[in-house]
Amino acid sequence: MNLFNIINEIEQVDPEIHERLSPRRDAIKNITSFGSKVALAAMPFALGTMFKKAYGQTNSSVVDVLNFALTLEYLEAKFYNTGSAGALIPAANASYINEIKDDENQHVSFLKGVITQLGGTPVAEPNIDLSGGNGSGNGPFAAALTDYPTFLLAAQAFEDTGVRAYKGQAPALKGNQVVLTAALSIHAVEARHASAIRKLRFDLGQSTTTKPWIVSTASKGNDTGNALVDGNYDGEQNVTQGGVNLTTALGASVSVATGAFDEPLTTEQVLLLLKGSFLVS
Amino acid sequence: MKTEINPITGGANMARRSFLRYAGASAATLAVLGATSCKKDHKVIVDGSIDIGSGDIGILNYAYALEQLEAAFYLQVVANPYNGITATETAYLTDIRDHEVLHRDFFKAAIGGSAIQELTTDFSSINFSDRASVLGAAKLLEDTGVTAYDGAGYLIQDSGYLTIAGKIVSVEARHAALISNLLNSGSFAASDQVDANGLNKAASIAEVLAGANGFLKTKVSAVNYNYQP
Repeated sequence: MNLFNIINEIEQVDPEIHERLSPRRDAIKNITSFGSKVALAAMPFALGTMFKKAYGQTNSSVVDVLNFALTLEYLEAKFYNTGSAGALIPAANASYINEIKDDENQHVSFLKGVITQLGGTPVAEPNIDLSGGNGSGNGPFAAALTDYPTFLLAAQAFEDTGVRAYKGQAPALKGNQVVLTAALSIHAVEARHASAIRKLRFDLGQSTTTKPWIVSTASKGNDTGNALVDGNYDGEQNVTQGGVNLTTALGASVSVATGAFDEPLTTEQVLLLLKGSFLVS
Repeated sequence: MKTEINPITGGANMARRSFLRYAGASAATLAVLGATSCKKDHKVIVDGSIDIGSGDIGILNYAYALEQLEAAFYLQVVANPYNGITATETAYLTDIRDHEVLHRDFFKAAIGGSAIQELTTDFSSINFSDRASVLGAAKLLEDTGVTAYDGAGYLIQDSGYLTIAGKIVSVEARHAALISNLLNSGSFAASDQVDANGLNKAASIAEVLAGANGFLKTKVSAVNYNYQP
């Protein structure tokens, strides 16, 4: 790792990195000369300090975001690992579901690795109740592990919610080339999964209206037809982006306006959906 | 909101882009921001290409260029359906067309007076009557869109813009997965786009524009991001 090269590379894409690091452009020399004296082993710490100064992020705030993501990935991985373990998934769909299962397990490993590299401690796998019953095993999704259509409905809700959860964390990682890019890259894979599960449900005739994207109505974000997951989709009915009303200003229908933009969830909204149900508290 | 004076962005030497970041603190100001921002970044440069500019407006113009390309492609796909197209495929491709047209129109409205011009496309390499040719091009465009947003996200300085980019990229990823599935069921997250860590690929502005310009008569450059056609 070469700090000089890193600053040069950042400068290529962010000409004002020097301004961010110091109000005085000359002062960057102090940092590079400092960097040249730092032992290689201490470099990640120096980098972390630099990012904190440049973008207002601390290693611990970034680790918090990643641990939140890791918690969600534990849940998704357990859901697919458990679902795949028995005879629930038809042989014809096994490789399709396995692709998703493998990705979720890779996300768990990847996030643990990044958290460790940043000097943080990955959170342990939480106590999970896949029935959504807060440990009773008899929650509203109890049928998800015995009934394939229910399994796929739950999978769709998990994936769509995962997309929303990652999206909501992006501002907390703003400007961080390594971690934000990785988070956006996982976010895109969750969206690929959501599209795939939605298409599978349509192809199997489990829903004749489900599209690979979320098509809300003016009053209801949830397009699954199952009120159990209303909360997971609430807010998807938004049709105003950056102050532009897509329906009145640009003439889009509500279905196009909501299908073309996915909406974020805050950390608090996500935890409200999961704690005391899927995450045992 | 912190009340202390930020030693980096505060004070008399506040750079223009830092100012933009402050001015754009609320996404609701996005349209106003675009209308009042300086136009000089978007001049046609010497070799006839259109430059995206710099800062957040530059990244929004980059997205606008890609959405123009996607919208033009699907408009042609839906207007000239390929041989053997099914009703379900028509419905999917019509929805995607509508999404891409809306993304295009949204960016044009949001960037306002600083928006790059309308681009002229060149789809001569695509056989619009052939399913494999059309869906192959669709896959290329959608996959490129996802890698472009993922790769440029960290360059966005305003949280409102960053969130909007996030709102769009997941829809592009939904499109990409569907098109892959139409070509080859189960390939929605295949290794050509998703690595061994389960991460989607990301691409630089230079990489993306080098590919996108293959479909454009009006070439797009990004001199502030080390790319000229």
